[in-house]
Amino acid sequence: MDYGTLRGIIAVIILALFIIIVVWAYSKNRKSDFDKAANSILEDNHKEEINKQETNNNV
Amino acid sequence: MTQNDTSAVDYNFDVVRQFTVMTVIWGIVGTLVGVIIAAQLIWPALNFDTPWLTYSRLRPLHTNAVIFAFGTSALFATSYYVVQRTCKTTLFGGSLASFTFWGWQAVIVLAAITLPLGYTSSKEYAELEWPIDILIAVVWVAYAIVFFGTLVKRKTSHIYVANWFFGGFIITVAVLHIGNSMAIPVSMMKSYSLYSGAIDAMMQWWYGHNAVGFLLTAGFLGMMYYFVPKQAERPVYSYRLSIVHFWALVSLYIWAGPHHLHYTALPDWAQSVGMVMSVVLFLPSWGGMINGIMTLSGAWHKLRHDPILRFLIVSLSFYGMSTFEGPMMAIKSVNALSHYTDWTIGHVHSGALGWVAMVSIGAMYHLIPVLFGQGRMYSVKLINVHFWMHTAGIVLYIVAMWISGVMQGLMWRAVNTDGTLTYSFVESLTASYPFYFMRFLGGVLVVAGFLLMAYNMFKTIAAEDGSLKRVEQA
Repeated sequence: MDYGTLRGIIAVIILALFIIIVVWAYSKNRKSDFDKAANSILEDNHKEEINKQETNNNV
Repeated sequence: MTQNDTSAVDYNFDVVRQFTVMTVIWGIVGTLVGVIIAAQLIWPALNFDTPWLTYSRLRPLHTNAVIFAFGTSALFATSYYVVQRTCKTTLFGGSLASFTFWGWQAVIVLAAITLPLGYTSSKEYAELEWPIDILIAVVWVAYAIVFFGTLVKRKTSHIYVANWFFGGFIITVAVLHIGNSMAIPVSMMKSYSLYSGAIDAMMQWWYGHNAVGFLLTAGFLGMMYYFVPKQAERPVYSYRLSIVHFWALVSLYIWAGPHHLHYTALPDWAQSVGMVMSVVLFLPSWGGMINGIMTLSGAWHKLRHDPILRFLIVSLSFYGMSTFEGPMMAIKSVNALSHYTDWTIGHVHSGALGWVAMVSIGAMYHLIPVLFGQGRMYSVKLINVHFWMHTAGIVLYIVAMWISGVMQGLMWRAVNTDGTLTYSFVESLTASYPFYFMRFLGGVLVVAGFLLMAYNMFKTIAAEDGSLKRVEQA
């Protein structure tokens, strides 16, 4: 295969991959999982405060 | 040694603490060397006729200190912290994490010794000679093992987006560093690059621009995706956008390098590819910036009380500014004016002092109290003073360099009717002096801000555990 054709095919594959990623990321099914992931870093806030004080007593 | 934490997970915060403290120390050193060389451009006598104090040797020391000592220490600290917190497990590899700390500090010390002595491979941002390059590669592989090992043994099912950015940064920097540093040693401190001519230039800027794209961007975006939501106490604006952001950014950045070689011996088509890819890069960059800033939507009032959040959000504004300016400067006709002038220096510092330093400083102010068992920093007021000093410093710096740069570009290209040059090079240099002084003042403000930060940090560390209580804002 000619090098130019190969590059063209690779470009199309990359474009298709990108579209798949966008469709996947924005699909309705994924929404609740992503919301959970986005909130996951905030969950331990409360615990953290309590632990911090306990830790301080120990150290 | 791990922290004696009573929570379920026994996190390894010792290495995070070490990197955090060194980030602030190297921030002072790196910007101080920057101020010294800025002063040398105004008062050349400041090199005291000493070879190891000349501009040519201190300039790589400045860039290496701010990028690899300050910036990379901040990345080590935050990535080790974030990967543990989001994976709810301690670092993989036991003392390997400690090895990355001491190994990386050794690299920095070796750089601080060899660069002023004049040992250099002459590749920008990759000046260190081959024995140090090998040490960097070893430490970096250890870093990758610790980071990805921790991801593998995570207790959560999902890998939080910040880790994707950190992971992308770690892998790509390994590939870039090893690829560009390929050299044939001829003696203990001298080597020659494996590449020659235009290929060497292309390899160098493939490395150079992706050091910007992955070390100074992707890594710090990882920082942004954890610390902005955390400090704002709100989830990121759009988690979906963050995924598209990641894949678009990592797949595009790698192609932008040739824009450093416009109108050189690099084939014209390669220059055009670099230009187009750089312009397209505007989209993921602004997608990420909007995602970060909009995290604050509905909570803008927090900016009024919280100087840490101010650091983080203004860093994103500077990120947006420099990622608009960058694609514009990559357009060949704009580059014809801007290249080799102070405009480039202004652009770099709006990215480095504005985006990279401010997001790191914000993250450090968030981290220091958490790591040292306090509810807040010793003085929130001093954080605010630091914020304004840093911001004023950057504005002085970049405005001076913009004016100086555009002026230089215009003076260099001005021709008389008979085709001769209107200005000599020295005339453009003389015209730049007032702006060099303005830049010097900006730099002094930035260093003074860092000193304030160090004072605030050591006061926080020295304070009795738990004595600094969190202030709740209505």
